[in-house]
Amino acid sequence: MSALAAPHRRQFTPWLLSGPAVLLFVGVMVVPIAMTVLLSFHDFSMSKGIQPVFILRNWHEVLTDGYFHEMFLRTLRISVIVTVACIALGLPEAYILNRMAPRWRSLFLLVILGPLLISVVARTLGWALLFGGETGLINKTLLRLGVIDSPVPFMFTETGVVVALTHVLIPFMILSVWTALQRVDPQTENAARSLGASQTTILRRIVLPQVMPGVLSGAIIVFALAASAFATPAIIGGRRLKVAATLAYDEFLNTLNWPLGAAVAVLLLVGLIAIIVGSNRLIERRYAQVFQ
Amino acid sequence: MSFLVLDRLTKKFGENTVVDALSFSVEKGEFISLLGPSGCGKTTTLQMIAGFVDATSGAVTLEGRDLLKVKPAQRGLGIVFQSYALFPHMSAAENVAFGLEMQRVPQAEREARVKQTLNLVGLSAFAGRYPRKMSGGQQQRVALARALVIKPRILLLDEPLSNLDAKLREEMQIELRQIQRTIGTTTILVTHDQSEAMSLSDRIVVMNAGRAEQIARPHEAYERPATSFVASFLGKTNVFGAALLRQGDTTFAVIGDGRWPVAHIAAERARVTVRPEKIGFGDSVACSMGGRIKMRVFQGNHWLYQVETPSGLVTVTRPNTGEAASEEGATVRVTWRAEDMVVQPEAS
Repeated sequence: MSALAAPHRRQFTPWLLSGPAVLLFVGVMVVPIAMTVLLSFHDFSMSKGIQPVFILRNWHEVLTDGYFHEMFLRTLRISVIVTVACIALGLPEAYILNRMAPRWRSLFLLVILGPLLISVVARTLGWALLFGGETGLINKTLLRLGVIDSPVPFMFTETGVVVALTHVLIPFMILSVWTALQRVDPQTENAARSLGASQTTILRRIVLPQVMPGVLSGAIIVFALAASAFATPAIIGGRRLKVAATLAYDEFLNTLNWPLGAAVAVLLLVGLIAIIVGSNRLIERRYAQVFQ
Repeated sequence: MSFLVLDRLTKKFGENTVVDALSFSVEKGEFISLLGPSGCGKTTTLQMIAGFVDATSGAVTLEGRDLLKVKPAQRGLGIVFQSYALFPHMSAAENVAFGLEMQRVPQAEREARVKQTLNLVGLSAFAGRYPRKMSGGQQQRVALARALVIKPRILLLDEPLSNLDAKLREEMQIELRQIQRTIGTTTILVTHDQSEAMSLSDRIVVMNAGRAEQIARPHEAYERPATSFVASFLGKTNVFGAALLRQGDTTFAVIGDGRWPVAHIAAERARVTVRPEKIGFGDSVACSMGGRIKMRVFQGNHWLYQVETPSGLVTVTRPNTGEAASEEGATVRVTWRAEDMVVQPEAS
């Protein structure tokens, strides 16, 4: 090979090497999203189907109709509550996990990760089997024992969706916090103790601030997955309790109004990106100086 | 009654005895070092004093009170950890202030004491800096300031200098000694570095396999090592096997073709240790042994010789006085004074 050709080749090598991945990314990610965005501006009528024109009617409807407001507010509410519940339960769980003897830790790590190996649908149906109406196992037992007079309302309630989603998503929070905990020098706890700090003070002022980045990144994952979750709200919430994801699904497959469904889906995507990017900025600004 | 007393302090992990009936006492204001190879139990001892590890048996008393009954948070000890264990989410000043906050010291006094202590360790310009943005030496100083600001009854140092490079370590040694002298805090240092222990401490506890081999002042431990372990751990040394010969009232240690008068020992054979710098080259036959210089290495301020003798290789160091040094291959007589030997009976 000639020496003259070398600089020329070097210039293109990065492009050639990353080419296949870029093509795949554009093909399966950018193009479908762009098409969905375009679709949300098309017209739809029962008689003529989808019209490839540019109108703002779908967006106007999604942004002004109270029905859609309710759906999006519910999605936001459920996601926030699920995120808070995952932090409240996952943070102590990760701390305990981190302090376990290695033998027990690997066992309990398996217990925590185990549910991830089972389909979300199967796990959610499990909740339905336990609490579904009068035939659900727990409801039936409690009714028989006379503890309750009527079945515990679970199916088609927001509480039910929150409980099931928390169960599905908590491993992500635990893993995220646990990773952060592993980077904490255990001697910092001893150092604080020798300086006269109580166990509560150590947790609040020494451990928690050090794992905060882990908590926040876990919160972002959980929030994004909760807001875009489909299977769990579809099974527990059903038609009666729709969230953004099940709403888009219904528009696409039941009313066949693809453009309106696309507008719902794009709005969910934009909202999620705004919230995630916003909170990421917040984390970076707050912790940049300390954690790099 | 001494300030701090360790009485037959013992720690067992299962069947494994890590610290074995260790006893020593520390006077107020004293700087004492626990010196030994890794795994000798020195860090475990420190952790028992700090309260991070529970003692299996034995007692630790501080000013006459049982320290083991006091919770770690109430012991009032300042500890500098090997990893420094600084709080990464707090600035240098916040790190130092933490202990005072725990003691509920009023803010005005707190700020004054933090400032004063950062001054003492030479970090007054770095108060607002976060640990990640500081060098190892600076982090070390913050850790020291954090331990000192609470005016601890004892300062515990766990291998504090082992993460620093050689030059910085030497500077910090001098500074640490100066600071300790200035404020007069009783200090216990754990280290595996014999030169660090010797240059810093008033007394050294040389530890091996959970036991104290010798407790002595640095000079004494070096010149008069109680055991051959101490002799070989503190600096370089030559070890010879010697036959003991009795002639009338005098006992001689016979090594190679030379013999040295020694104090009477009821044994057939003895282990003799001699420091390389105590050995010279001479012509006289008395108190000397014949050999041949196998190797000669120039080390700046001194020459290092390996001399082949019937009793094995002898290491000799001679100061570089500028005079001509003996050549490799030369036949010499190595000689040392009888009082420079440490003679121990050998179990036969």
